[in-house]
Amino acid sequence: MATATKKKKMAPRDNSAPDYKPMLHPLMTKNYGQWKYHESVKPGVLVYVAKSGDKLWVVRAGSTRTLSIGMVRKICDLADKYSQGHLRFTSRANLEFSLENEKDIEPLIKEIKDVLGFAIGGTGHSISNILHTQGWLHCNLPGTDAAGSVKALMDTLYDEFITDDTLPARVKISASCCQINCGGQADIAINLQHHHPPVIKPEGVGQCELPKVVAICPVAAIRPRQDENGKTTMEVVEEKCMYCGACHGQCPTMEIRDAKTDTLSIWIGGKSSSVRGGPSFMKLAIWGLPNNTPRWPEVGDAVRKIIDCYKSSAKKFIVASCHLLQKPMG
Amino acid sequence: MSETKKFEVKDKTPMLDELESGPWPSFVTDLKELSKEKPAIKQLLGQLEQSYEDKWNYWQGTVLNVDGYGGGVIARYSELSEQYPDIAQFHTIRILPPPGWVYSTEKLRELCDIWEKHSAGIIQLHGMTGDILLLGSDNKTTFEAAEELMEAGWDLGGSGAALRTLACCVGDARCEMSCIDTMGITKHLTDKFISQLHRPELPYKYKFKVSGCANDCAASIQRSDMPIIGTWRDAIKIDQDEVGKFVEKHGADYVVDNVISLCPTKCIHLRDNKIEVDDDDCVKCMHCINVMHKALAVGDDKGATILIGGKRTLKIGDTMSSVLIPFMPLKTDEDMEKLTDLVERIWDFWGDHGLEHERVGEFIARVGLGAFLDGIGMEPDPQMVMHPRTSNFIKFEELAPGKIAGEPEHDPAVVNEEVETMEKSV
Repeated sequence: MATATKKKKMAPRDNSAPDYKPMLHPLMTKNYGQWKYHESVKPGVLVYVAKSGDKLWVVRAGSTRTLSIGMVRKICDLADKYSQGHLRFTSRANLEFSLENEKDIEPLIKEIKDVLGFAIGGTGHSISNILHTQGWLHCNLPGTDAAGSVKALMDTLYDEFITDDTLPARVKISASCCQINCGGQADIAINLQHHHPPVIKPEGVGQCELPKVVAICPVAAIRPRQDENGKTTMEVVEEKCMYCGACHGQCPTMEIRDAKTDTLSIWIGGKSSSVRGGPSFMKLAIWGLPNNTPRWPEVGDAVRKIIDCYKSSAKKFIVASCHLLQKPMG
Repeated sequence: MSETKKFEVKDKTPMLDELESGPWPSFVTDLKELSKEKPAIKQLLGQLEQSYEDKWNYWQGTVLNVDGYGGGVIARYSELSEQYPDIAQFHTIRILPPPGWVYSTEKLRELCDIWEKHSAGIIQLHGMTGDILLLGSDNKTTFEAAEELMEAGWDLGGSGAALRTLACCVGDARCEMSCIDTMGITKHLTDKFISQLHRPELPYKYKFKVSGCANDCAASIQRSDMPIIGTWRDAIKIDQDEVGKFVEKHGADYVVDNVISLCPTKCIHLRDNKIEVDDDDCVKCMHCINVMHKALAVGDDKGATILIGGKRTLKIGDTMSSVLIPFMPLKTDEDMEKLTDLVERIWDFWGDHGLEHERVGEFIARVGLGAFLDGIGMEPDPQMVMHPRTSNFIKFEELAPGKIAGEPEHDPAVVNEEVETMEKSV
């Protein structure tokens, strides 16, 4: 058949991001730019009041971020039942259901817990959901896992997620699986740390563009070299190398990871908001924690200690970033 | 790992099973449920269990492009494809989310239906840049899924040395503190620069994040090359009746301890249960509004501060974004055109002179802010300077516009000016 070999027409290109307008809850559309104030109803539940007098209740639930299509459909079922078919995700992988009726709050919360198994919270002075990276589930560079370590850590921080007044201020946590630190700055950040220069696997050198590998090193520690057979390879000046792994991303044969020596570090004091003292970078607080699968208990203990110190001694509204750096941890 | 290691197929996952206990929801439980429909997920969990056992990763990364696109697909190949053939190719497609991550269930279900047909069925909401991440397609189904998604109006997200997927806070859609229409600005910029998002032609990645106020819920100042942060220029709004109610409810001490004394510029006062603000000293940090959101509100003359150069740690260490335009309104098409013009000038200059893999913040650190401003045709502004000079060793006579190696020599500006002054006086 002549039609069988006909090339399929390509779908439209450059559609851009979907329009947000049809995605908004009707009360968000109606009161767009016309909100007056918001208040906490209870942990995980906020009410937004518009100048028109409209009230929109928002129930926030902490998700696992990595979701099966089945789970996403279950989330949609609840949004259809309670939020007129609309929902929102926050920058910290929390779900937000919008409600027009206050009386729907408790039935929705019950269904989120029973059907989705998600926790309600993440508002006010809580520890919100942990930002994290792909880890062993899907990254090509990681030295540890992210989804698993975050799950274990959120188990230990569960009480702080579901309450909104036991901490002096909001605490944001991130977790990253290599020193590129895709999890980003946070009040408390857990990062993998390498401890020696990359080990070059000679058989893979041919697959890499050497000038790019040399150029990417921030401390000019990588240079081309001829081996005994006159073949071009690379060498790393060990004294210069700071084990950042920039070369590893450019050239997988520059193996920076080492299951025997990689450890985890905890950094504190990163803050994005310009509120009060302005934004700040995080600083190294604890290093050398073991990369212990499957639940990373040493990391959990260390974060717990930081949180407890912060809870017991910081002034209200002083974020962990500022406080912990001024007070030695007990 | 040693080359000779023999890997057994893991039917059981005792280590991952330990991540099913505890109060927080478990992705392992969810993925096990998914594996009943999608056998590849069982193999994915098998490989992940191997990683947990060895503390080692078994994915290799490479490039895979949909026709007409230079990014958007993150290709992964399993190193254990012999043991886990169904995940030999297990790719991610990045999809542009609606600005502000708002969804109708209709569109979200459509995404699920398309992805179920073509993949192992994992959706991440959302990746660290803000993309919808669809995991689990192979070398064939990636293209089939992409075509079907694009037919339905979705589009691929950014990757590589390109404009990346934009992100924003909820903004005007549901926040009284927002000074700009974050979703509208994000949509406008994505539409305008969609070609640069899909076809890498910059020295390295470029990220915009848009936050409605200084609370910076989009984490723009540290996570983006060009943060757009809402602010205002006129007086803070005070509802003294609500102030009275707040003081009555919490007590004057609470207000003094938690609002007045935490003001960074000490411009707010409580007198006779009324709030007074010296607006000239206010830096619009949002703290007092955050605490007393019924009594205090942002002003009417609203706009945005445009910053430049934020990024995380590789290669030169963290850079915090710094102010490029202290204030500009972002309401009309003309306002937006001013902003997009500026972006194009930055991309031209950085594109011509930036090194490969050099973020714009690293570029500015290398060439200096003076040379950068000169290159993009912008006048310096005192708001760009965090701390005035403290060293007295200045070669005033060399205060010519900065230049980049290979650029033509400029005449020293100060000397020229002196000559002109002298001529005038004559």
